[in-house]
Amino acid sequence: MSLLSLSNLTIRYGRLTAVRNVAFTLAEGEILFITGPNGAGKSSLLRAIAGVTPPAGGRIDFADHDITGRAPEDIARLGVSMVPEGREVFGSLTIEENLTVGTGMHAGEHGWRGRAADALEEIYATFPILKERRHTQAGLLSGGQQQMLVIGRALMTNPRLIAIDEPSLGLAPNITDQVYERLIALRAHRKLTLLIVEQSSTRAMMVGGRMILMRGGEVLLDGDARAMGQSEAMQAAYFGYGDH
Amino acid sequence: MGSVMQVVFDAASLGSLYALGALGIALIFGVMRLVNFAHGDVIAACVFVLLWPSVDAVAIVFAGNLPWFLLVPFVLAMGAALSVASEVVVFRRFRNANPATMMIASFALGFVIRYFLLMLYSSRPKSISLLPTLSQPVEIMGARIPLLQVITIVVTIGVLFGLTSFLRRTRFGLEMRAAAENFTMARVLGVRANRVIMGAFALSGALAAAIALILGSQTGTANIVMGANVMLMAFIATVIGGMGSLAGAVIAGFLLGAIAVVMQVILPPDARAFRDAFVYGAVILVLIFRPQGLLTARGTKERV
Ligand SMILES: Nc1ncnc2c1ncn2[C@@H]1O[C@H](COP(=O)(O)OP(=O)(O)OP(=O)(O)O)[C@@H](O)[C@H]1O
Ligand SMILES: [Mg+2]
Repeated sequence: MSLLSLSNLTIRYGRLTAVRNVAFTLAEGEILFITGPNGAGKSSLLRAIAGVTPPAGGRIDFADHDITGRAPEDIARLGVSMVPEGREVFGSLTIEENLTVGTGMHAGEHGWRGRAADALEEIYATFPILKERRHTQAGLLSGGQQQMLVIGRALMTNPRLIAIDEPSLGLAPNITDQVYERLIALRAHRKLTLLIVEQSSTRAMMVGGRMILMRGGEVLLDGDARAMGQSEAMQAAYFGYGDH
Repeated sequence: MGSVMQVVFDAASLGSLYALGALGIALIFGVMRLVNFAHGDVIAACVFVLLWPSVDAVAIVFAGNLPWFLLVPFVLAMGAALSVASEVVVFRRFRNANPATMMIASFALGFVIRYFLLMLYSSRPKSISLLPTLSQPVEIMGARIPLLQVITIVVTIGVLFGLTSFLRRTRFGLEMRAAAENFTMARVLGVRANRVIMGAFALSGALAAAIALILGSQTGTANIVMGANVMLMAFIATVIGGMGSLAGAVIAGFLLGAIAVVMQVILPPDARAFRDAFVYGAVILVLIFRPQGLLTARGTKERV
C-alpha cells in the first residue's frame, strides 16, 4: 500500500508552469530521492505536498486522505513534515524553542509530554552542538548548524513522511554523512519514509534507494538510483544533450 | 520637585495609553501584516457597551454600574469578543490579500463600528461617571497625582509583564512568536493559523478595552470618536518602533507620551495649541534617521 501518491500533479505560478503532470507513489518506509537541475520543479513539488503551494491540477493522497489543497497544519497532523529550501529557522527563538514548536500539535494526546521530551533528547544526541547552544537565538547559528536545527525540528513532529529540500546544502561532508546516517537509522526503527531533494545524484547513488530525475517540471526517469547513475540517459537529462 | 513629579506622571500615564494602543496594533500586525485602523473604534465601542442604547443626551448607564471587579472583566471580555468577531466576519476573508487591501478593509470596518454607535447612541458625547473613586488625588513626593494616573501606569506595567511571560512561557505564546516570525513555516510545523490569529485579535481587543476603561474614567465622557487620537498615536508608535516589534511599539509609545507632555510644558503658551505638530515633527526626524524603526522586527518574510 502506498503512503504517498501523486497523480497528474501540476503547479503553476501565474502563467509559468513549474510542475507538469507529475505522478508517482511512495510506499511506507521507502527512500526516494528527487534530483534534477535548477528550476526543475523539485522544491515546488515538496511545497505542494506540504500544502504550502496549492497545486493547479491533479491530486495528492497521503495515508488514505486526499490532501490536495488542504491547509499545511492539517497535512502536518497527518504525519508529513517538510524541511523547506533555505532553512527558515525562527531566528528570534532559541534553538530549544524552535525544536518544540512542532510538538504542539500532539498536545493533549496521552503521554505527549514524555514523548516530546524523549524526542528532544534524541535530537540532542544526534546533534550535540544543538544541545550545547540550546538557549541561543537560532538566528545566531552558522548555516550548517541551522541546517541541523531544521532537520531536527522537522523530526520533532514525529512524522511518517519527512520531505527535505537539499539537506546537504551548506553542510560539511562529514556532517552530511551524519545527517544521512541518522535519517537512515530512523527510517529503520520508526518506519520513517524519506523524500529527499538533492541537486546532484551523487548522494542518492551512495545511499541507494529509488531516484526520480526531474527536468523542466516533468519526471524524466524513475528507478533504482545506483542503476540510473550509470546510465547515459541520466547524463543527457542533466546536461540537456537530449535537446539538441 | 512637586511639579517635576507631576510632569513625570503625566508623561508616564499618557505614554502608557499609547503603549497599550501600540501593543494592540503590533500584535495583529505581527501575525497577519494587517494594520488594523478599526482599533480606535473598538476602543470607543468598549466604552459604549457600558451604556444602554439610546439617543438621549443623558446616558443610561447599564453595565457601568457594576462593581469594578465585575466591570473590568466584562469590558475586557467585550473588547476581546468584538475584536475576534471582526476577525471572523471581516479579516478572515482578506487573509491572502495584500496589506493595502487589508488596511482598507480595516478602515471600512472602523466606519461600520462608528456609524453603528452613532445609530444606537447618537453623536453627542455623553457624560458618564466610570469608577469615580479613581479621580481622587494621592500624594507622591509632594505632588498631588490623580489615583487614576497611578493605576494606569501600574496596570500598564502589569500588562507588559503579563504579556511577556505569556509569550515566553506558554505553548500558545511560543506558537504566536513563531507565527509572527514566519507564518508559513509555523503552519508547516502544525501551528493552527486560525487559533494564533484569533488569539492575537483577542489580546488586542482586551488591550483596547483597557484603554477604553482608562479613557472613560479619565474624561468622564463617552464619545464615538474617543479612540481616534490614541489610535493615531499608537499607530505612529508602531511605525517608529519598527512594525511588528512589540518591544519597539511599547518603547515608542512611552517616548511619544513623554515628548507630548514635555512639549506641553516647554513650548511657549502661544505654541501649545500646535503641540501635536511638534510631536509629528519629532516623529519625522526619527524616521529620517531610522526609517526601519527603532527596533526592527525579525521575519518580515512574506506570508502565504
Ligand atoms: N514563488 C514563485 N513564484 C514564481 N515562480 C516560481 C516560484 N517558485 C518557483 N518558481 C519557478 O518555478 C520553477 C521551478 O522552481 P523550483 O524552485 O521548484 O525549482 P527547483 O527544482 O527546486 O530548483 P533549485 O534546484 O534551483 O532549487 C522555476 O522556473 C522557478 O523560477
Ligand atoms: Mg529548489
